[in-house]
Amino acid sequence: MITARREAWTGRVLLVLLMAITILPFLSLFVTALHPSGTYPPGLSWPGEPQWGNFLKAFQAARMGELLKSSTLIVLGVVPIALVIATMAGFAIGHLRTAGRNVVFIAFVLGLTLPFEGIITPLYYQVRDMGLLNTRWAIILPLIGLFMPFSVFWMRAHFVNMPAELSESARIDGANTWQLFWRVHVPLAMPAISSLAILLFLWTWNQFLLAIVLVDDPLKRTMSGALGAFQGQWGTDIPLLCAGSLLILAPTLVIFVIFQRRFVTALLQGSLKG
Amino acid sequence: MTGPTPDEAVDLAESRPGPRSRRRSPRGGLRRPGLVGWLFILPALAFYVVFVLRPIALTFQYSLYTWDGIGPSTWAGFANYVKVFTDPDLFASILNAIKLIVFFSAIPVLLGLAIAATIRQIATSRLALVARTVIFLPQVIPLVAAGIAWTWLLSSTGVINQLLTLVGLGDITRAWLGDFSTALPAVGLIGAWVLLGLCTLLLLAGMSKIDPALYEAARLDGAGPLREFRSITLPSLRQELAVCVTVTVIAALASFDIIYISTQGGPGNSTMVPGLEIYYLAFSERQIGVASALAMVLMVIVIAVALPIQRLTRDR
Repeated sequence: MITARREAWTGRVLLVLLMAITILPFLSLFVTALHPSGTYPPGLSWPGEPQWGNFLKAFQAARMGELLKSSTLIVLGVVPIALVIATMAGFAIGHLRTAGRNVVFIAFVLGLTLPFEGIITPLYYQVRDMGLLNTRWAIILPLIGLFMPFSVFWMRAHFVNMPAELSESARIDGANTWQLFWRVHVPLAMPAISSLAILLFLWTWNQFLLAIVLVDDPLKRTMSGALGAFQGQWGTDIPLLCAGSLLILAPTLVIFVIFQRRFVTALLQGSLKG
Repeated sequence: MTGPTPDEAVDLAESRPGPRSRRRSPRGGLRRPGLVGWLFILPALAFYVVFVLRPIALTFQYSLYTWDGIGPSTWAGFANYVKVFTDPDLFASILNAIKLIVFFSAIPVLLGLAIAATIRQIATSRLALVARTVIFLPQVIPLVAAGIAWTWLLSSTGVINQLLTLVGLGDITRAWLGDFSTALPAVGLIGAWVLLGLCTLLLLAGMSKIDPALYEAARLDGAGPLREFRSITLPSLRQELAVCVTVTVIAALASFDIIYISTQGGPGNSTMVPGLEIYYLAFSERQIGVASALAMVLMVIVIAVALPIQRLTRDR
């Protein structure tokens, strides 16, 4: 009993320590953001007169409103299209058992671990030749393709477990394949689809490489991509840079806190499957 | 194959009020499942072919040429690959990525294992629930933001140096990311911070699936916590461990965002990694061929690492 209690206390101490280390960078960003802009505040120190206005200043300087809109547009371009076409493909591969599905599936699996840097160079020339450089489509279209291996893999895993009887009885009730898909299987797949939606949202919102290579104008990038430009511009004004960073990571934090449980489950499942 | 095809079955069940359109002949239904299946696959496949497979093929093609991205290209054979392995700067970037594995992978997996094992006992407490949320935060924010936050923490006036001075280690304070000897480990620590939460939670999830009866039996047999950990916990976590290792090793090999923001590969070339090198070679130095050869090498290394670990998982 005594050992058990001691173990439990060691666990608590470790946990608190770990949480402190996790929060430290956020805390440091926060207190630094409150110092007068242009100063070089020392470490963790509460400023004499907290400059709450820095957040407003950074919001305006980084044109955060436009960045939010841009990121949202990119997410709205990527996530719905990727979800629909990945669900369709996962349905055909996992449930319809289309002839030749294995070849296609293996082709998708090959892309599961692909580092984006591996294809960024030809992607640049391809997007340029399509006339899409410096538009949001330059991020949207390639990202849909790059997300396909994981998304199809994920949706197939769901559809493989759906019983064939379900489709058979729907067929007897007069459904063709398209109706079978939309009216029977998509509603049943909603948990898998919404977890995938969360992952795709997060990966799109946080996408950096594609944004800085394919789009020059920070206002047409994702939030993360814009932050790179912001750093170049405000790299010397530490308090403003910290305020800007906090503003840029805030949206993902807010959404994380709202959908917390779903987020953790999705990310854990996501890495287990991937 | 002998029973009625789905569409014929529909015709047999004429009396049912189905919304089915009757434009198609029942005969066509025989071959249709295959065709319709392909129509479902086609959009996803098209995006994949155009934006992933074609670029991979092009990367390989570019890697065989000397090209500045604008003028005409000349055949180079495998000279670019030779350069990747003989140019000290290029090869050093690969070595740096391999060194980063210690930080991105070994630290989160080992520390995550220790933390998950110790907090398993208080899994239901309020503290553990709060911790689940908190330690996951780094996974959610953009890596770029993590990079900026840590750049400031590790700077000469940052919190890390402040803490060191506080505990009497003022002598070793420095600009951690600007020092040749400490820049790579410092960058590695940022990666460890990002990935620790994911590993901890993955391993914790794996541990919660272990049958508690196993532990009871072990306790009755007089096993201590360490023995328990080695004989029950560790073997049961094979799959989760494989996942942690795969995800984190790939994160190390393909690292870009954190290093771009925190050191830009410097000082000198001490934190240069293949991802960043490809970016510079292709878009600043206009050596498309060499960039592509390095990209091919990076992709091959990642696959060479990921495949065997995936196989390990499947054997169970």
